[in-house]
Amino acid sequence: MMQRAFVFSSSNSISLQLSTPITPPVNAVFPERNRGWIAPYSPLQPPELRLRNYQRALPPLLCSGSDSVTNQQQMASQDERDPRISKISSVIRVIPDFPKPGILFQDITTLLLDIKAFRDTIDLFVERYRGKDISVVAGIEARGFIFGPPIALAIGAKFVPMRKPNKLPGEVISEEYSLEYGTDKMEMHVGAVQAGDRALIIDDLVATGGTLSAAIRLLERVGVHVVECACVIELPELKGRERLGDTPLFVLVSSA
Amino acid sequence: MSAYRDKDPRIHGIQSKIRVVPDFPKPGIMFQDITTLLLDPKAFKDTVDLFVERYKGKNISVVAGIEARGFIFGPPIALEIGAKFVPLRKPKKLPGKVISEEYVLEYGRDCLQMHVGAVEPGERALVVDDLIATGGTLCAAMNLLERVGAEVVECACVIELPDLKGRERLNGKPLYVLVESH
Repeated sequence: MMQRAFVFSSSNSISLQLSTPITPPVNAVFPERNRGWIAPYSPLQPPELRLRNYQRALPPLLCSGSDSVTNQQQMASQDERDPRISKISSVIRVIPDFPKPGILFQDITTLLLDIKAFRDTIDLFVERYRGKDISVVAGIEARGFIFGPPIALAIGAKFVPMRKPNKLPGEVISEEYSLEYGTDKMEMHVGAVQAGDRALIIDDLVATGGTLSAAIRLLERVGVHVVECACVIELPELKGRERLGDTPLFVLVSSA
Repeated sequence: MSAYRDKDPRIHGIQSKIRVVPDFPKPGIMFQDITTLLLDPKAFKDTVDLFVERYKGKNISVVAGIEARGFIFGPPIALEIGAKFVPLRKPKKLPGKVISEEYVLEYGRDCLQMHVGAVEPGERALVVDDLIATGGTLCAAMNLLERVGAEVVECACVIELPDLKGRERLNGKPLYVLVESH
């Protein structure tokens, strides 16, 4: 009998994570035929699935579109979303006709007013990325600056702000990207990241994926491996996930 | 008050990670760049810890962060002390109903906004930004919070430029900084 997949939730609150070095609990993620779950890096796991292949080792909290057999099995056996998700979803405010008529704006500022929900949001990302050798968390201005730093601090990574033009004071590299009408530019400081760094890109929301894919290109140009993009919210109808190419996307809430 | 003056041993490490970029955004200005601090996980953590140690257990229910670099330091502090985080933003960024506070720049004016309903009367608030210069922005932030009946307990910044006398502009409100830059 296949046992249920679960995400091992850390019992340590953010406060402990930030101030005390602790050994994270082992995330039991791999189904073993007869005995239940085994740790991702244990010798019982086939060698090719150990270490940096964590993407298959982590069960997606939502349907992530990954079509490996292992993930499909894990999704099939996962009967419920993490209980923290529905609360997070319920405190996001939807504002019609902002910034222009017809758009339903997903406002995360109300999430930030709910202390437990904000903490749960960060915890969900930290649980996924801790112990995975992520050296960089890149946050996209400005709402990526709210979620990125707490994650970076908890997993021991650098935080790198990706900014609109003319905000960063030092030497920058730029990447242009398309908007609905016209183009915009995203910048990063030269020297903030090194070739070989493993990075996450954080933003509050992914819509068309234009901004995220510009961030991916910026980082890849300097030899960084973008492990995953992580957002609180996805608007799946805008197909942003497809625009990210090979880079996986992880989200907490999907708003169709 | 400043941790700089208290000579906490972590201060030296924090100060050494702040990069000074001359002539940005215009000639003659020595820009205090905190992005290099964010590249050092220990120094960044120490920065947050110094604020958390000061404010934890003081019944602070709101941390208001000023766009955009206040968004980097404010949320980790808020999470750690169990307070809400409220972003204070440039015009037209916040999607809901807002209240606005105008303030004077060297040339011209600017405006800071906060969502209606984010903060309630009687709440105890901190205002966080990376740096205080003339104090104009912090002053506008404090006004926004006081207009909705909150009590601004203190303003907290990583860096102060004391020669610009921002501290005096805060209407007697206390200011706490980690690093002074002359």
